[in-house]
Amino acid sequence: MKILVGYKRVVDYNVRIQVQPDSSGVVTDGVKLAPNPFDEIALEEALRLREQGLANEVIVAAIGPANMQSHLRNGLAMGADRAIHVSTEQAVQPLTVARILLKLVAQEQPGLVILGKQAIDDDSSQTGQMLAALWDRPQATFASQLSIADGKATVVREVDAGLETLEVDLPAVITTDLRLNEPRFIKLPNIMKAKSKPIDTIELSSLGVESGDHLQAIRYHPPQARQKGVMVKDVAELVEALKAKGLL
Amino acid sequence: MSKILIIAEHLNGHLNPATGKCVSCATAIGGEIHVLVLGNAPDAPAAEAAKLAGVTKIISVARSENEHALAAVFAPQIVALAAGYSHLLTPSSTFGKDLLPRVAALLGVAQISDIMAVDGPYTFQRPIYAGNALVTIEAPPEQTVLGTVRTASWPGAASGSSAASIESASPEITLPSHTRFINLQQGKSDRPDLQSAAKVVSGGRALGSAENFKLIYQFADALGAGVGASRAAVDAGYVPNEMQVGQTGKIIAPELYIAIGISGAIQHLTGIKDAGTIVAINKDPEAPIFEVADFGLVGDLFKIVPELTAAVC
Ligand SMILES: Cc1cc2nc3c(=O)[nH]c(=O)nc-3n(C[C@H](O)[C@H](O)[C@H](O)COP(=O)(O)OP(=O)(O)OC[C@H]3O[C@@H](n4cnc5c(N)ncnc54)[C@H](O)[C@@H]3O)c2cc1C
Ligand SMILES: Nc1ncnc2c1ncn2[C@@H]1O[C@H](COP(=O)(O)O)[C@@H](O)[C@H]1O
Repeated sequence: MKILVGYKRVVDYNVRIQVQPDSSGVVTDGVKLAPNPFDEIALEEALRLREQGLANEVIVAAIGPANMQSHLRNGLAMGADRAIHVSTEQAVQPLTVARILLKLVAQEQPGLVILGKQAIDDDSSQTGQMLAALWDRPQATFASQLSIADGKATVVREVDAGLETLEVDLPAVITTDLRLNEPRFIKLPNIMKAKSKPIDTIELSSLGVESGDHLQAIRYHPPQARQKGVMVKDVAELVEALKAKGLL
Repeated sequence: MSKILIIAEHLNGHLNPATGKCVSCATAIGGEIHVLVLGNAPDAPAAEAAKLAGVTKIISVARSENEHALAAVFAPQIVALAAGYSHLLTPSSTFGKDLLPRVAALLGVAQISDIMAVDGPYTFQRPIYAGNALVTIEAPPEQTVLGTVRTASWPGAASGSSAASIESASPEITLPSHTRFINLQQGKSDRPDLQSAAKVVSGGRALGSAENFKLIYQFADALGAGVGASRAAVDAGYVPNEMQVGQTGKIIAPELYIAIGISGAIQHLTGIKDAGTIVAINKDPEAPIFEVADFGLVGDLFKIVPELTAAVC
């Protein structure tokens, strides 16, 4: 079985995001970029399945600008067998990403696709579900536990009410939650090894994908900042303050 | 004029309050508001939905396959019933996040996640980058608008004043059997629900153990508050995952939020930015949580929390 993993490059989660003064976007020049944390978890899970003998090939796929080579090398150094880079300078919205991934699915015929539950830049949380719909296959989103046997996946999902377990027939799309696993660190020798692993670059325009970028961002703005409050010296003062506000 | 269909969220015969929040968002969009209730026995939640102010019609679909809210099973039924609607809304809960993108892809339209404000029937505001930026989005008027509603941004619709008609529908489609529900492990708790509680007390990594977390429960019970936690506390196994507050947990807006032994990472703060009053208790005076707290108290939680509990009892 092949596993296809979504491996998006995003602004590192530690970066304090600033909105451009002219409201045209957020500042991304010179900020640290990193793999989407949920996608590192997706890749880790795929590698573990390969190590258990349940998969024989792990492919990372990233859609983004031409300068993503070192990002893809990261995925290869972590352990992916090969990478597919769908190259486009324009940011693409989830429906377009899902349509692109569907093309890759048709090409690669994976038994499992693992994506992150959300990309931490757009926070959309849509792509996996959209791909599953277009592919007409099951989805198991927000996974915190996954086991595979007999052509089926049993997935524990983190839902608002607690933990839900689903069984889905393969092929299927799974999206990862943070507690699914802890991604491994990349070891130095593997960075060397990754240099010889293949990266297949495809121009987005050559894929014949109909754009699903229907939404237009017209203005970006910073959130309303909360006022810094006061420090109280002890419990009695805190209780007084809360009583004064009618909260106790 | 807009014609809006809200997909109801319900569990164990009860309508989730998030559905009423979608009604408030729909009211801001303006237009006729209908609610779709899919279930194996949808009568009880349908009757609750019929009472929500502003709703004029309930469409109820009873089908055994609808016993559990499986996106792959619900989505094609929604698509079959979506004709004529200008907007489809669900709450931005795990239910809505799982379901609506599947519907969107089948309809071939984009989706707007986490609507926090409505500027016009096709213009919406939503948070990105864990709430560190907001973006105003315009959707094309010639397409159905699909959106999940960020529940913490909206009040619940009033209940009891109206009585919408209830119609049943039975779309003639075969549903997939490739996805099967096995079980739901639900934490049993008599405490107020984290997402609708007026007061919430949360504990972080500093609690150190599940045993010590009792301090948080005792204080919360004295206040009549719901209980939450940071991701670190959940990851360490002190409390179950459904208690996590933040970017990847629950986004809440209680009147009073008390963060105890929580540093205030950006991913946590994004879950509480709509809280009325934030109180922080932390032994580190430099902890970032103090930058957003209305009242901060520096000190050891193991000393402060028992004192507080005694003071409010
Ligand atoms: C993609 C992503 C998503 C995330 N999503 C979430 C999310 O949804 N929710 C979330 O919470 N986190 C989330 N995180 C994790 C987040 O970055 C922080 O790691 C986490 O919030 C830290 O939890 P904490 O404040 O309990 O622990 P810490 O940061 O370790 O803070 C513990 C605090 O307790 C204080 N303390 C210690 N002992 C005492 C004592 N005796 N008395 C008083 N104070 C004491 C310390 O001074 C410290 O400030 C996410 C991270 C990533 C990368
Ligand atoms: N440009 C991209 N390249 C690769 N994978 C992507 C891309 N955009 C989204 N994905 C995948 O889809 C998941 C969910 O993204 P989103 O729906 O944008 O929140 C991500 O965690 C990735 O696994």
